[in-house]
Amino acid sequence: MSILTFIGGVHPKDGKDLSKDAQITEYKPQGQIAIAVSQHIGAPATPIVKKGDYVKVGQKIAQASGFVSANVHSSVSGTVKSIEPRLMANGTKVDCIIIDNDDKYEETDYEKTKPLKELSPAEIRDLIKEAGVVGMGGACFPTHVKLTPKNEDEIEYIIVNGAECEPYLTSDYRRMIEQPEILVEGLKVILTLFPNAKGLIGIEDNKPEAIKKLKEAVKNEENIEVEPLYTKYPQGAERSLIFALTGRKINSSMLPADAGCIVDNVDTVFEIYNAVICGRPLISKIVTVTGDAINTPSNFEVRIGTNQKELIEAAGGFKVNPEKIISGGPMMGIAMSTCDVPVIKGSSALLCMEHDEVAAAKEGNCINCGRCVEACPSRILPSRLAKLSNAGNMEEFEKLNGLECCECGCCSYVCPAKKNLTQSIKVMRREVLASKRK
Amino acid sequence: MNELLGISSNPHIRDKASTGRIMLDVIIALIPASAVGISVFGLKALLLIIVTMVSAVTAEAVYQKITHQKITVSDGSAALTGLLLALNLPVSLPVWMAVLGAVFAIIVVKQFFGGIGQNFMNPALAGRCFLLISFGSAMTNFTIDGVSGATPLAELKSGMDVDVMKMFMGTTAGTIGETSAIALLIGAIYLLAKRIIRLHIPLAYIGSFAVFVMLYSLSTGRGFDMEFLAAHLCGGGLMLGAWFMATDYVTSPITPWGRIVFGVCLGILTGIFRLCGNSAEGVSYAIIFCNLLVPIIEKMTIPKAFGREDEDNE
Repeated sequence: MSILTFIGGVHPKDGKDLSKDAQITEYKPQGQIAIAVSQHIGAPATPIVKKGDYVKVGQKIAQASGFVSANVHSSVSGTVKSIEPRLMANGTKVDCIIIDNDDKYEETDYEKTKPLKELSPAEIRDLIKEAGVVGMGGACFPTHVKLTPKNEDEIEYIIVNGAECEPYLTSDYRRMIEQPEILVEGLKVILTLFPNAKGLIGIEDNKPEAIKKLKEAVKNEENIEVEPLYTKYPQGAERSLIFALTGRKINSSMLPADAGCIVDNVDTVFEIYNAVICGRPLISKIVTVTGDAINTPSNFEVRIGTNQKELIEAAGGFKVNPEKIISGGPMMGIAMSTCDVPVIKGSSALLCMEHDEVAAAKEGNCINCGRCVEACPSRILPSRLAKLSNAGNMEEFEKLNGLECCECGCCSYVCPAKKNLTQSIKVMRREVLASKRK
Repeated sequence: MNELLGISSNPHIRDKASTGRIMLDVIIALIPASAVGISVFGLKALLLIIVTMVSAVTAEAVYQKITHQKITVSDGSAALTGLLLALNLPVSLPVWMAVLGAVFAIIVVKQFFGGIGQNFMNPALAGRCFLLISFGSAMTNFTIDGVSGATPLAELKSGMDVDVMKMFMGTTAGTIGETSAIALLIGAIYLLAKRIIRLHIPLAYIGSFAVFVMLYSLSTGRGFDMEFLAAHLCGGGLMLGAWFMATDYVTSPITPWGRIVFGVCLGILTGIFRLCGNSAEGVSYAIIFCNLLVPIIEKMTIPKAFGREDEDNE
């Protein structure tokens, strides 16, 4: 059997051993909860509660303010203390609904759900929209929008992204081995929306346990297949994944639907199940707390809005003082100046590193070695683009397909001169995209 | 933990490879060829190697000191340039000329253009060609066992027979590091295994050169003369040039197709210089000439981005 993969990519140390055997445990927040009204791509949700209101677990507290937007629900029961801007993991300040948790976890009255067979596609999409489900691989694109492509009948593949190619992350892995049946049921919900589609579950072959469990779970499903993928970063990037599984190529100006594919992350499929089958909104997220500076690397099921500082304590605190803390994985995650920020729907990990490799690296001149070119999954010339970016040459940058960069970080990772290629390219991409919006 | 942590853009981890480590690996890969050179040509060869390496490093450090730049000799690139230059010199060359060559290579070819990564021509080869033009007879006075002798390629050119086995092992007249094909190949395998170099350039170079030699051999009535071909492959600076000089990152194209085009240009030019010209040698000139073609080769071979293969780059 040939192993499915893509061209380019890198093999960083995966670090998953730290937390891959740690069972998912529920973490109950201790302090105040701060639920951001904008945890997704699109318009921020509009708060529908006010200071002093009593809210219950699962109660909608902010309403989607457009088609590309998502509802936000309370993850605890308690009193709304205020609505104020709070610092987020990415360094921006976003309006948050602050709730004083009364520790009772009193649940709202969920509407009774109908069996899947009796639901129309419109009702299914509505349930997903109502539950505030967004893409939980990190992009946080509202899922009901993704599941409403223009060419519904042309969708041939529903792909579940179980690659989890980012080093250190184990949240998807734990979900896959602890609840494989639910993943399959969730996928079946999506498949009912697309009569011509087949389900594919792509998993990197460094997770044999997950592949085994899921193969077992789909053995009676004619329309779903589990596909092992070659372990290489960024195998889980949407374009790499679609290419590996279907041989189809999409570029930056296309949507997966243009190639007849819809890709959803493992956690997203779980939330779709929760929304449609159980009628429950999205109120929690699996977060891996790991790194060589953490005492007990763990996988927690965390309520949205929980302060991330608490998670470090829950994982046994610091073994040594970390030089760097990252929200997400080491390749694409965001370094945080403080972990005093709330968990959002897109939080996947809290990676605490004893050493800051980037600060320690000494940058030198580019020697034109071409390693970045070999590693780039978008098949562009990172070293050239970075130079153009630093020189402010927007026109040439676009001509050399700088916009195709997926910001995966492979070029910076391999660069022997330790140049921050990804960063330079990202800066220029932002500029070009901003100038296009004008 | 009250203080703010350091932040930076992604990615937050880096590969172990560094410029210094790459240069060190190339130097390691040149040890077999250097060792054969020293054993065949004697201790004078060792002296030349040490002198050129030390003068290259010193020249770089002094220049950077005078011009108030960060001193970067620890990246090993100047030492490598010195070593490569020494391997391209005849053992009989006066030491002061070798020093001059090293200083020219580092100061004029490398530093004047901005230091590591900025030179448009291979410094060691430019240094060699500078010496060839300046001191033609000293640079072509090849001695072995203390006696002056013609290089195998010169003998071949004048119609004499050559011993291919001796050329393969390296016990023939020539520059210090170029004579032993086997020692150079061992070094090349090391570089390939360490993924420092890729096959594109050497294979395209040696392959197209071999085709050129065969065509020449056929058109001059020699027929399929395998010995003639083998002598040309093992002789002169081809192996040293193809594996160690043409693959110099800075002065070769970064695009995969560009590397192949570059190699083919080298093969054809070397063939023309060796077989159609007056000189028996051609590798050095072919490489520094093709170094000048790199920008245009790169421009012509920009790869198509993923998912945009059907589009024109323009």
